[in-house]
Amino acid sequence: MSDTATKTAPTSEAPAERRLNMIEAINEALDVTMSRDDNIVVMGEDVGYFGGVFRCTAGLQEKYGKSRVFDTPISECGIIAAAVGMGAYGLRPVPEIQFADYIYPGLDQLISEAARLRYRSAGEYTSPMTVRSPFGGGIFGGQTHSQSPEAIFAHVSGLKTVIPATPYDAKGLLISCIEDNDPVIFFEPKRIYNGPFTGYYDKPVQPWKKFDASIVPEGHYTIPLGKARLANEGEELTILAYGTMVHVVEAVCAEKGIEADILDLRTIVPLDIEAIEESVKKTGRCLIVHEATRTAGFGAELSALVTERCFYHLEAPVERVTGFDTPYPHSLEWAYFPGPIRIGEALDKILAE
Amino acid sequence: MAARPPAEGDRNAASAGDNRPALSLHVPEPKYRPGDAVDFSHIQVPEAGAQARPDETADPKDMLDLAHDLIRVLGEDNKAHGPWDPKLDPETLRTMLGHMAMTRAFDERMFRGQRQGKTSFYMKCTGEEATSVSASMALAADDMVFPSYRQQGILIQRGYPMIEMINQIYSNRGDKLKGRQLPIMYSSREHNFFSISGNLATQTPQAVGWAMASAIKGDSRIAATWVGEGSTAEGDFHSACLFATVYNAPVILNVVNNQWAISSFSGFAGAERSTFAARGVGYGIASLRVDGNDPLGCYAAEQWAANRARANAGPTLIEFFSYRAEGHSTSDDPSGYRSAQEREEWPLGDPVMRLKNHLIAIGEWDEERQEKMDLEAAEYVKKVTKEAEANGILGHGLHHPFRTMFEDVFEELPWHLKEQSEQAIRERETKFPEGLPNEGKGA
Repeated sequence: MSDTATKTAPTSEAPAERRLNMIEAINEALDVTMSRDDNIVVMGEDVGYFGGVFRCTAGLQEKYGKSRVFDTPISECGIIAAAVGMGAYGLRPVPEIQFADYIYPGLDQLISEAARLRYRSAGEYTSPMTVRSPFGGGIFGGQTHSQSPEAIFAHVSGLKTVIPATPYDAKGLLISCIEDNDPVIFFEPKRIYNGPFTGYYDKPVQPWKKFDASIVPEGHYTIPLGKARLANEGEELTILAYGTMVHVVEAVCAEKGIEADILDLRTIVPLDIEAIEESVKKTGRCLIVHEATRTAGFGAELSALVTERCFYHLEAPVERVTGFDTPYPHSLEWAYFPGPIRIGEALDKILAE
Repeated sequence: MAARPPAEGDRNAASAGDNRPALSLHVPEPKYRPGDAVDFSHIQVPEAGAQARPDETADPKDMLDLAHDLIRVLGEDNKAHGPWDPKLDPETLRTMLGHMAMTRAFDERMFRGQRQGKTSFYMKCTGEEATSVSASMALAADDMVFPSYRQQGILIQRGYPMIEMINQIYSNRGDKLKGRQLPIMYSSREHNFFSISGNLATQTPQAVGWAMASAIKGDSRIAATWVGEGSTAEGDFHSACLFATVYNAPVILNVVNNQWAISSFSGFAGAERSTFAARGVGYGIASLRVDGNDPLGCYAAEQWAANRARANAGPTLIEFFSYRAEGHSTSDDPSGYRSAQEREEWPLGDPVMRLKNHLIAIGEWDEERQEKMDLEAAEYVKKVTKEAEANGILGHGLHHPFRTMFEDVFEELPWHLKEQSEQAIRERETKFPEGLPNEGKGA
């Protein structure tokens, strides 16, 4: 495999086998960067004294003071806009949007302002902000606590979109995002905050402490944006996924005994096109899996890229497995979720060609 | 399922047996349309000097009347009156007049330039010069401003090179924004002037964020932002007010009420029910309503607010009550929606004339010097325009190099933009093997 795709959590970098879940890893990334640079400020609904509804910012206000970690009004527009102004001043704000579903009132500030500021001012002003937001379904959040809006951001010139799938990646990627000079959306798959799972609603999440990807080194380390992670190596097909779905496809492949190259994309903008091309040209088959709705989802972009660049290496049409084009239903969320049955059928179809 | 039976009496109209009165929608309508005679007697113009000037750190609750009143300094006698008189020395007043005259001369020339096809678009600020020039003079040069699109007076007051303004308007190869922004959407970090956005009111909560950052860092600089009264309808403006008051941000929210948002009169932003200054009252923000055509009143209010912010006493919302004498932009024709008489009948006069008359009234100016100043301003703008034209005008080839189109999207060029950049260069070479038409001409 190319050096563009890096392997899972190198244990050599972890002196002690210290295992964290994703929430703890995110908290540690914030702590590490805040202790190094006092221009970093954390803001958002409930992030201060309470430490965030998912506890990602716990303890930070106590450690860094109220002027660097503070609660905000329930105004996503105001949160993102204030972060644009803070960035123009020279700070590095890390705003939290409590649920990705709530990001829409802040969209104009993200799309028209944060993303364009460098371009429209020819580099005079930039928006070095990292917007953190839990996203995705699987926690019975109904249609307003389950969405995956990453494709909206991927469509916008000037924004980077990052989605970790493991605690090791969450810490290293978040540090990279905070230190990046471009505005970044950091989507945290909340279904796997506490551990990976197989995709079956009746099977619980496995605690992170069982997995090497939860070995998180202390201190500062970074994972470059735009480099995919080869979560599993195999010859039969290439599976492109990110966030929660990486764990679901891993489980399905293990269950079915399929040897797949599973590429955890980590960042969808910038995208590791080299790793994708190399893998698909090797296996000749490609499945794309994401949780977001299907039509004009990021899978469509991936499918187009693979077809454009690897067509003569393909032995089967590129397949997509996605959520349905409906809002996320509360009581039937497991019927919506792209789980093992939907993924399994697609795998059978691709491998039969 | 059975079809819905026909309703017994249409709910859209009061019917027999229903004694509830029918509701009706109110759609605001300006008082005067083209051809109408104008009568502005309903606009209450209080006597200059009659408004109290609270202490700069006073509680907003103790100045509620100032959100509905109209702070005025210059009276009908062209003299300064009352506690808001900023008592500026004649030299400062002449400087203020000079910046306002220069702004007017600049507008004149650029408007003509657009009509001559040198650029696509222009927006004049005629009649509103005091709301930017005078206000800006009350700020420190290192205070950060987040303007809207009609505050060219700030750049002129801050000494931004005029050639940079014109290069930007022409999108030529001298344009430091690389020809990306609509004409008049300037940016100058060096002059603490934020990049202007085309999306309305977005700059207002950003200014609050900047001011919060200044407070976080224990800095002494403050921020000021300008927004039109029409754009106060945007949610961003309300986010700005809320964040400003919640964090006691050292920021000044200037609302330029010029009565018109393109063809929509201020009633569509809520002016029929309240003043724009009064929007601040509900948030607990110190709120002042000022005669926006009174350069001394504008200066005094902005200075009051700046002192308040610097004393860590919090934000101020200022409504500059003014009038947009010209069209919204070169793409607008105000004769299509408002009475031509409005401009001449406007009860608060013209800010440039009022300041000129004040200086004359105190024996520090005369018509001859004014004429000379206007002439010099016009000639200066003409000279700088010529210099800028040597860098090219819109659509005549002297633009930034092709590759710059792909720069600054991200800090570094990612693979997909590299590929698209190469494609664009290939396309150009195919279409113009000898180079772009007029390329290199006029250097």
